[in-house]
Amino acid sequence: MREITYRQALNEALAEELERDPNVFLMGEEVAEYHGAYKVSAGLLERFGPKRIIDTPISENGFAGLGIGAAMVGLRPIIEFMTFSFSLVAFDQVVNNAPNMFMMSGGQFNIPITFRGPNGPAHQLGATHSHATENLFASVPGLKVCTPATPRDAKGLLKAAVRDDNPVLVLEAELLYSSKGMVEPPDEELLIPLGQAEVKREGSDVSIICYAQTVPLALAVAAQLEEEDISAEIVDLRSIKPLDEQAVFNSIAKTHRAVIVEQDRAFCGVGAEICYRIQKNIFDALDAPILRVSQEDVPIPYNERLEKFVLPNADKLMAGVKKVCYA
Amino acid sequence: MQRLEQRDEVEMLALMLLIRRFEERASQQYQAQKIGGFCHLYIGQEAVVTGAVAAVREDDYIITAYRDHAHALARGTSANACMAELFGKATGCSRGLGGSMHFFDRQNHMYGGHAIVGAHVPLAAGMAFASRYRGEDRVTLCFFGDGAINQGSFHEALNLIALYNLPVVLICENNLFAMGTSVKRSTSLKQIVDRAEGYDIPGEIVDGMNFREVRDKLTEIVGSIRKDPHPAFVEIRTYRYRGHSMSDPASYRTKEELEKYRLDDPITRLRAQLTREGKLTNEQFDQRDKKAKETVIASVKFAESSPELPVEKVYDYVYFNGAVEAGVSPAKRQESAAAAAAATE
Ligand SMILES: Cc1ncc(C[n+]2csc(CCOP(=O)(O)OP(=O)(O)O)c2C)c(N)n1
Repeated sequence: MREITYRQALNEALAEELERDPNVFLMGEEVAEYHGAYKVSAGLLERFGPKRIIDTPISENGFAGLGIGAAMVGLRPIIEFMTFSFSLVAFDQVVNNAPNMFMMSGGQFNIPITFRGPNGPAHQLGATHSHATENLFASVPGLKVCTPATPRDAKGLLKAAVRDDNPVLVLEAELLYSSKGMVEPPDEELLIPLGQAEVKREGSDVSIICYAQTVPLALAVAAQLEEEDISAEIVDLRSIKPLDEQAVFNSIAKTHRAVIVEQDRAFCGVGAEICYRIQKNIFDALDAPILRVSQEDVPIPYNERLEKFVLPNADKLMAGVKKVCYA
Repeated sequence: MQRLEQRDEVEMLALMLLIRRFEERASQQYQAQKIGGFCHLYIGQEAVVTGAVAAVREDDYIITAYRDHAHALARGTSANACMAELFGKATGCSRGLGGSMHFFDRQNHMYGGHAIVGAHVPLAAGMAFASRYRGEDRVTLCFFGDGAINQGSFHEALNLIALYNLPVVLICENNLFAMGTSVKRSTSLKQIVDRAEGYDIPGEIVDGMNFREVRDKLTEIVGSIRKDPHPAFVEIRTYRYRGHSMSDPASYRTKEELEKYRLDDPITRLRAQLTREGKLTNEQFDQRDKKAKETVIASVKFAESSPELPVEKVYDYVYFNGAVEAGVSPAKRQESAAAAAAATE
C-alpha cells in the first residue's frame, strides 16, 4: 500500500482501464489538453493519444449521447462531466436513453458506459453549480450509482464501473480530490464491486450511514464523539444503487441507533429509502427513531454562512447523534 | 428616459475605466479571500458591453453568461451593489445569494448572470417574445461566449428566435477561448458568425477592441429592429487578458498573443481617439481614472461594512410567497432554523 490522492487514484484507474481494453476511451470538456478541469486526466493524452482522450465542445447532451451510441456498437466510453451540475444539460441522454435501451430493445442492447465527474456542493459556487445529483439518478431504473469517498474506493469503483456492462455513474466528491489515502500498489488489481458498503470505523453505540463527502465528515464527528464516550460506527455506502442494505442492517443490529448523513436533499432522497428499508426489515432492533442530516430544501445560496447553514455539517451531525443516543 | 446613445464618449470611456478598475479590485479581493466561488474577469473585453449599452435604451433587456460584472456595471448597477454581491452581502445586487456568476438587477433591466453555458439564450428568446407579445419596441441584447454556440439550447433558441422573428441581438463575445479550448478546436465553422446564416439570421463581424465600431454597428442594428422587429447576430471579436477564472493560469496561450491584444487595448484606443480629436486632455483622463479607482475602493469599504442576510432568511427565497416546503410546518421550520443557526454561529 502507498498513499496517493483521490485525484491520482482516479487517474490510475483511468490509465489502467485504457491500457487494458482498447475499446475504452475518455471523452469530455477539457479532458485532453487541459488535463481535466480538476486535473484528473493528467498525462492521459500524452500516453494514449488524441484518438482515445478526446476534448469536446461544450455540448453535454451531444457527447453523452455520442457515448451511448458508441456503446451500442461495442465501445466502452468513459464520459466526463466537468461537474455533475452540467450533466443536467444531458439529462435526457443519461436518463432516457442509457438506462432504457436494454428494456426497450428486448435485451439486444446493453449500454456499457461510465459517466463520471465531480458531484455535490463544493464551496460557494451558487445554485447552478452546486448540485448533488444522486437522488435524481438513483431513482432511475437501469442506472447504477456509486459515490466513492476515499482514494482506494475511487480507484476500485471507477475500474469496476468501466468493466460493468451497464450504465454506471461515478459521482466523485469534488471536495475530496486532494485528500489522501492508502491504496494498493499499481501492480495489484483493485476492483471494488458496485453495491458493497464498507464499515469505515467500528463502533457500538450508533451507526452513522454516509457516503461521498459526508464520510470524512462522519469520521471526524466519530472521533469527537469518542471523547464523549459515544462509540459511532461509520457505514460508508460507497454505492447508492445497488444499495448494500445488509451492511446497514448488520450495523444497526449491533448499535440499535442510526443517523443518516446525506450530501443531497432529504425530500425523496437516499436517506428516505434507507429509513424505509430499516424500519421494514429490522424495526425491532431500533432503540430510537432514525434521524437524517441532509441539505435544507432550498436552492444553494452563494453567501458562505448561508451555504454552510444549508449543507450538512459536523455540528448538525453531532447534534443528530446525541439526539438518537439521548445523550 | 435618458438615451444612453446620447451620452458622450468621455463618459463611456469612464465606464470602461470603472469596469477595469472594478475587475482589478475584485481580483485582489478574491486573492485576499473576501470573495468565494468562481470569479471570471472581463478585463480586455470592456468595449463590447460598453459599446452595446451605448446603442440601446435603458429599458431594453440585457442578459448574459457568468462573466457578468461588467454587464451589470454598464447597465447602471452601482459598484457598491456589485462588490457587495461578490462579498456575499445582503446589499449585493442579488442579495449575496447569487455570487459572481449570478448578478441580477431587475430595476436596471439586467436579467442575469447565468452560469450554465448556453442556458440563457432561450431566456433571451422568451424576453423578446414578451416584448413582441405586448407590442413594445424593446430590444433584447443577449451576450454569450464563443463556447456557448455548440450547446443544444443555443441552437434551439436561435431557431425559435428566427422562426418567431424576435427582436434579439445575439452578441457572441468571441474571446477565442472557452476555458482552455480555442474556437478552432471547438467549432466546425471557419467563423462563428456563420452559425447565424444557418438560421437565416443576418450576421456581422465587429472589432470588439474598438468602442466606436461596436456602438455604431449596434446602433444601426438596434435602430432597424425597433422599426421592424427581427433578430440579428454579431460576432464581436475580443480578448480576455486574464485566465478563464481566477484559478486558471491560461498556459494554453502564448505571451506574444496576449501582448498583441494588450497593445490594442480598448481603453487606450478610445483614449487616443478622443485625445487626437481634442476632446480629452491627459488631466481629464487622469481625473476620470482617479474617480473610477475611488469609486471602486469605496465599493470595497461598502461591501465590507454591509450586513449579510440572517441565515434563516434562506427559506424566503425558495418560493415567491415564502411558501413552506412539502411536509414541513412553519413552526418546525423555525425550530430547525434556530437550531442550525446556533450550530453555525
Ligand atoms: C453546461 C455547462 N458546461 C460546462 C460549464 C463549465 N464552463 C464554464 S465557462 C466554460 C467556458 C465557456 O466559454 P465561453 O462561452 O467562450 O465564454 P468565456 O468564458 O470566454 O466568457 C465552461 C466549459 C458550464 N458552466 N456549463
